[in-house]
Amino acid sequence: MSVYRRNAFRATAAGALALILASPWSAIAQSVLRLVPQADLKILDTVQTTNNITSNHGYMVYDTLFSLDGKLAAKPQMVESYSKSPDSLTWKFKLRPGLKFHDGQAVTAKDAVASILRFSKRIPAGVTMMQFAKEIVATGGDTFEIRLNKPFGLVLETLAGPENPLFVTREADAQLDPNTAMTTAIGSGPFMFVREEWVPGSKVVYKKNPDYKPRSEPADGFAGGKLAKVDRVEWLVIPDSNTAVQALIKGEVDIIEIPQTDLLPLVRKDPNITVKVIDRVGTQAIYRMNHLIPPFNNAKARQALLYATGDQRDYLSSMIGFAEYEKPCWAVFICGTPFETQAGVGDWAKGDKKANIEKAKALLKEAGYKGEKVVVLDPVETHLAHAQAVVTAQKLREIGMTVELAAIDWGTQSARRQIKDGPDKNPGAWNIFHTWGGGLAMNSPLSNTPTPSACDGKNWFGWPCDEELEKIRLEFPLAPPEKQKEIVERLQKRFYEVVPYIPAGQFFAPVAFRKNLSGILDTPRLVLWNIEKK
Amino acid sequence: MYVFLIRRVLAAIPVVVVVTIFVFALLHLAPGDPAAIIAGDLATAEDVAKIRAKLGLDQPLMIQFFTWAGQLLRGDLGNSIFSAHPVSQLIGQRLEPTLTLTVMTLFISILLAVPLGVIAAWRVGSWIDRGVMGFAVFGFSVPGFVIGYVLIWVFAIELDWLPVQGYTPLAKGFWPWLSNIILPSVTLALAYMALIARITRAAMLETLSQDYIRTAHAKGLATPHVLLRHALHNAAVPIVTVIGIGVALLIGGVVVTESVFAIPGLGRLTVDAILRRDYPVIQGIILVFSGAYVLVNLIVDMLYTVLDPRIRY
Amino acid sequence: MSGASESIAIPDAPPARAGVVAFLRRHPTVVIGCTLLLAIVIASIAAPWLGTVDPISINPGQRLKSPSAEYWFGTDRFGRDLYSRVIYGGRISLIVGLSVAALATVIGLAIGLVSGYLRAVDAVVMRVMDGMMAIPAIMLAIALIALSKASVLIVIIAVALPEIPRVVRLVRAIVLTIREQPYIEAATATGTSLPRILLRHFLPNALPPLIVQATYICASAVLIEAALSFLGAGTPPEVPSWGNIMAEARPYFQLKPMMVLLPGIFLAVTVLAINLVGDGLRDMLDPRLARKM
Repeated sequence: MSVYRRNAFRATAAGALALILASPWSAIAQSVLRLVPQADLKILDTVQTTNNITSNHGYMVYDTLFSLDGKLAAKPQMVESYSKSPDSLTWKFKLRPGLKFHDGQAVTAKDAVASILRFSKRIPAGVTMMQFAKEIVATGGDTFEIRLNKPFGLVLETLAGPENPLFVTREADAQLDPNTAMTTAIGSGPFMFVREEWVPGSKVVYKKNPDYKPRSEPADGFAGGKLAKVDRVEWLVIPDSNTAVQALIKGEVDIIEIPQTDLLPLVRKDPNITVKVIDRVGTQAIYRMNHLIPPFNNAKARQALLYATGDQRDYLSSMIGFAEYEKPCWAVFICGTPFETQAGVGDWAKGDKKANIEKAKALLKEAGYKGEKVVVLDPVETHLAHAQAVVTAQKLREIGMTVELAAIDWGTQSARRQIKDGPDKNPGAWNIFHTWGGGLAMNSPLSNTPTPSACDGKNWFGWPCDEELEKIRLEFPLAPPEKQKEIVERLQKRFYEVVPYIPAGQFFAPVAFRKNLSGILDTPRLVLWNIEKK
Repeated sequence: MYVFLIRRVLAAIPVVVVVTIFVFALLHLAPGDPAAIIAGDLATAEDVAKIRAKLGLDQPLMIQFFTWAGQLLRGDLGNSIFSAHPVSQLIGQRLEPTLTLTVMTLFISILLAVPLGVIAAWRVGSWIDRGVMGFAVFGFSVPGFVIGYVLIWVFAIELDWLPVQGYTPLAKGFWPWLSNIILPSVTLALAYMALIARITRAAMLETLSQDYIRTAHAKGLATPHVLLRHALHNAAVPIVTVIGIGVALLIGGVVVTESVFAIPGLGRLTVDAILRRDYPVIQGIILVFSGAYVLVNLIVDMLYTVLDPRIRY
Repeated sequence: MSGASESIAIPDAPPARAGVVAFLRRHPTVVIGCTLLLAIVIASIAAPWLGTVDPISINPGQRLKSPSAEYWFGTDRFGRDLYSRVIYGGRISLIVGLSVAALATVIGLAIGLVSGYLRAVDAVVMRVMDGMMAIPAIMLAIALIALSKASVLIVIIAVALPEIPRVVRLVRAIVLTIREQPYIEAATATGTSLPRILLRHFLPNALPPLIVQATYICASAVLIEAALSFLGAGTPPEVPSWGNIMAEARPYFQLKPMMVLLPGIFLAVTVLAINLVGDGLRDMLDPRLARKM
């Protein structure tokens, strides 16, 4: 008894002591911004992977040559000045003076050129630009040129691309093969990566870069002065969405990048928390069919899916469940952008369920569907994709298809969707999988990954094949800006004839943060510069 | 005894080897492709294939195995496919939280469950017994995450006594460390206590009814003395077995608990590694786990001989 | 020291011919347990006639509704009727729980008895068991399911396999203790054959703790099935089991606690029933401990 007492006393004393020590200490301590990221940072290389979380890491430690401002126009960032030759074939760039990597080396034109080249071997926008480029060379310590064979209208857009941004790394790092992981994280951005404190799967730590030279303009979108206003940033991975929300309510974390929308009623009651959509472009949910095997090797069967999907409401409410964050949208290149159009969108979008089901059944009959089993991949641990898969299974049953909802994990889906064969040759055969794409990548025929439909079988999983669609798509980069909309309209019309994939609705994921934060920028992706913590 | 010890340790080596080969084969035969996960959702099959080649995952399975086994013999567990961290470092980072959680859970549950089980057996049929048994049923019929959520809600949100989530290393102070580990340990201990209390009670009842206890009682030995000296002593064998088994169960429980409380331990490392098919990490963890099992069972077997001299090896 | 000494003082149990009433009076827990268990089994078999609707039919317009006259238990994140899912869910959960317990106990008992008795076999068997225990159950399950296909049968096998060594170790420990008892030595000395010794002496001794263990396995199997559901290696979430209903409702615990608690109550009651039956059987099977409770 007495021993127990003494220990209990000791524990209490230690606790009290810690509290006394803690309060003055935290007053003089650095300001720490704690964020629950959308996923764990698995990979540091922003070229090897196209995962969002890795480009979020890129935004912390690296800087970009150009950036999109709040109106999504490309503005110089590391570049001080640039010019275009009258024939539009030579682009000259000059870097801002005084830029330094975190290891103290100055940023040179050579670093920029090597970074562009590595980026352009892997990221679709860069790959496209290289088809027009003759060479990219450093012409001086801080000047470089992009020399083209034929005019390419999207040079600045490519350099400023926000989804998989072109980050400038040291030349030595950029000489790595794009498929070999870059394991360093030495950039010239507003924050520095603290490698010693990185616990993969749990915690990523950054500290303020004291030598960062921000632009003089105020921060605007991704552009302008990127001033780090906290000393330290911690990404805390909290795998349980409920726990993450509790931690925010308790003030153990300051921001949740993408809180699960179903849990928002919990934080909305709290006067200390703001829930806000900063991404005004949004995200598009899609599902993709395997075009190589029956039944969706037949265009009529794919059209039937348009009618089955109808007004997209069931998808959106299962994924999001808040009307204000949902936007039914059949514009392939995203609603709310210059390329939004209703071309080719049929009467399925009206959402008359009974008529839609009848029409879908008729189309399936025309396609010669005879009750073959349709395998829908269902990555059950992924909130959004699981919701989509369950809805699709029901939709297909409603139009008379036989469905197997294959319960798997996301990793298995990533592997299994590579299988081209039918069930007779491979038991892992699939017919439909679900995913989603950031609006800023989906909104251009160039960067929209699932649309390319060349018949070489090298396009994105599902392998749609339609030369006509592909021909229209490739007109896009050659066209002057005023003709682009017309091309997009023709493209979308053809899209809904051959149906490479099905858009299942657009949504806007809000950010939840505590009210003692200010300066959160309205960017399609949460960036952490300019944020102050009181 | 020493001969036994050496024999057991030597015997453990083939166990670990077999487990290793088995796990390697199972992992690589299961679907899932780390290269596809690295490449990202919007990558093409060509990108994936290039990355797979760079990682050496397109090599024949035998070659991959011997490459890995060769490294292992040199004491190198390899590097994570994703973060490129050495596997030994990843496991090292995660060891403290998991060990803390496990030891704390064991401590709480044995401290409470064994006396509860003994008292229940002693007062069999009484309200104490019913209470203990009712608690035991409750303890292992409620999923761990529900207990965790309730505890978070009561003690972290409503009462505001303890933090919701996270882990603070012991080096950063006793109270921060303890405050973070209390809720998860209690969550885990509840199910585990239920098991130990039940088995203790069952074993005690068994022993209490045996002849020599009756004899002892007839001789007029005082009740607590009989209870402790004879009964508990003999009931110890099955109890120790169950505690040994329980350590294995704990590993399973740790996975869920670490997820609920966002504790960066081995359980979460395992789940993350499985979900993304980080083969070297999974294999490394398996080695650590099998080592731990062998050790725990060795200790349990040795305890048998201490507790019950009639068992000999 | 009331219970133990009193019961010992009472002479042996009356003849088995005693009527139903006597049985009821002697083993109320078995009766309560069996009744509860039977009710749950019948409910899950008769699910279609208990006011349920299609448990997998979704209706996203009606998602996350609180309990009402139309939706007795409310609806889940897809607007599926939770009452129907819980009632139907008993089918999968009971099948998984009972099959795993039966499979693991029978196999584990056989191996444990032999291993505890025959030293030559023991060393090898126990090393294999150590190896089996060294592989976390969840990983084994994922691999097994990946190699074949996600189904209830595979889940049963995957959950049962890692339980076997636990049973073996328990049985073996008991055998090791009992083997040294004088009456076994006497039996061996009088030339009684090995199987007979096993059957007559070890089995009755191993059974009571084993029943306790089996009830525990049954309960934990249902919970492990839920854990596997999280990782995409459990029973497919579309077909409801109590485990996967709770797993799917997990994020909503704070918001709609009933979504987790209602299937949880069904689960807890089932486990309770199994335990009561187990405890009752234990008393019936072990004459020395009869009439204790």
